[in-house]
Amino acid sequence: MAEAKKQTDKRGSSGRARLDGKRIVQIRIDSRPEALRLVRAVVGEAADLCGCSENCVRDIVIAVDEACQNVIRHAYGGRPNGEILVDIRREGDRIAFNIIDFADPVDVSKVKPRSLEELRPGGLGIHFISECMDDARFRTPPDGAGNRLWMVKRIE
Amino acid sequence: MVNCEVREQDGIAVVALSGDVDLESSPRVRDVLLDCVGAKRPVLVDMSRVTYIDSSGVASLVEAHQSARKTKTTFALAQVSQSAMRVLELARLDKVFIIHSSLADGLRNAG
Repeated sequence: MAEAKKQTDKRGSSGRARLDGKRIVQIRIDSRPEALRLVRAVVGEAADLCGCSENCVRDIVIAVDEACQNVIRHAYGGRPNGEILVDIRREGDRIAFNIIDFADPVDVSKVKPRSLEELRPGGLGIHFISECMDDARFRTPPDGAGNRLWMVKRIE
Repeated sequence: MVNCEVREQDGIAVVALSGDVDLESSPRVRDVLLDCVGAKRPVLVDMSRVTYIDSSGVASLVEAHQSARKTKTTFALAQVSQSAMRVLELARLDKVFIIHSSLADGLRNAG
C-alpha cells in the first residue's frame, strides 16, 4: 500500500460510494480471529473460480487475510462483536476486494509498511498486502461504514 | 486450527506444526516455541505440514528466534512447506532463519 490515501470515489444517485464491477460473492463476518478461516476459504474459491493460477490465489488469500486481520486487531481493537464485510468483484481482467468495517475511521496516513531491515515481531501485514496485490488503498466507505480498503489483483 | 507436537530427539526439541498458523492459533504456537527455547535446548521446527502462516505466525517465529539468540540456543526450521516459504520470502526472513531442507539435515546440524 504505497499510498495510504483516502481516495474519493464516484457516488451513485443515492450518494453512497459505489463499488465497481460484477459481484462474485460478498460475506459478512464477526471480528473474530476464527472467522478468518472462512474468509480464506471463500476468497480462495472465488479467485480460483475467476481462473487465477495457484500462486495468484495464494497471494490473494494472504492479502485479504492480512487486511481482515488488521481490521480485527486495529480498527476494532480486538473487540469480537464488530462486523466486517468482504466484497469480491470482477473488474475485467482483475479481481477487486473491498474490506469494509464499521469501526471509527482510521488515520490512513499512519497505515504504511515498515522497513524490513529491522528484525522484530509484527508489523508485516501492510507489507504483505503491498507485495501480494497490484494496488491497495483506502477509499470512501459506504454510508454508515467506517473504513473501506480496496485491493485489486490482475487475474494471471 | 493448528497442531503443535513436541518431541525430543537426540537432545533436540522437535516441534512439528501442522495446519494453519494464523491469528487464532499463533498465540499457542508462540507459547510452545518460547517454552522450548526457554528450556535452553536446540529447537527444530518441522514446517512440512503448515498449510498457511500469516504475519502473526511469522511474528511467533521471529520472537522465538530472537529469544534463542539471547540465550545462545539453536533455533532452526526444517522442511518448510511451499505456502509457508512464500510468506517467509515476502518478509525476507528466508535469509534470516536457519532453514534445513530435511528433518534429518536439521537434526544433524541443530545439536
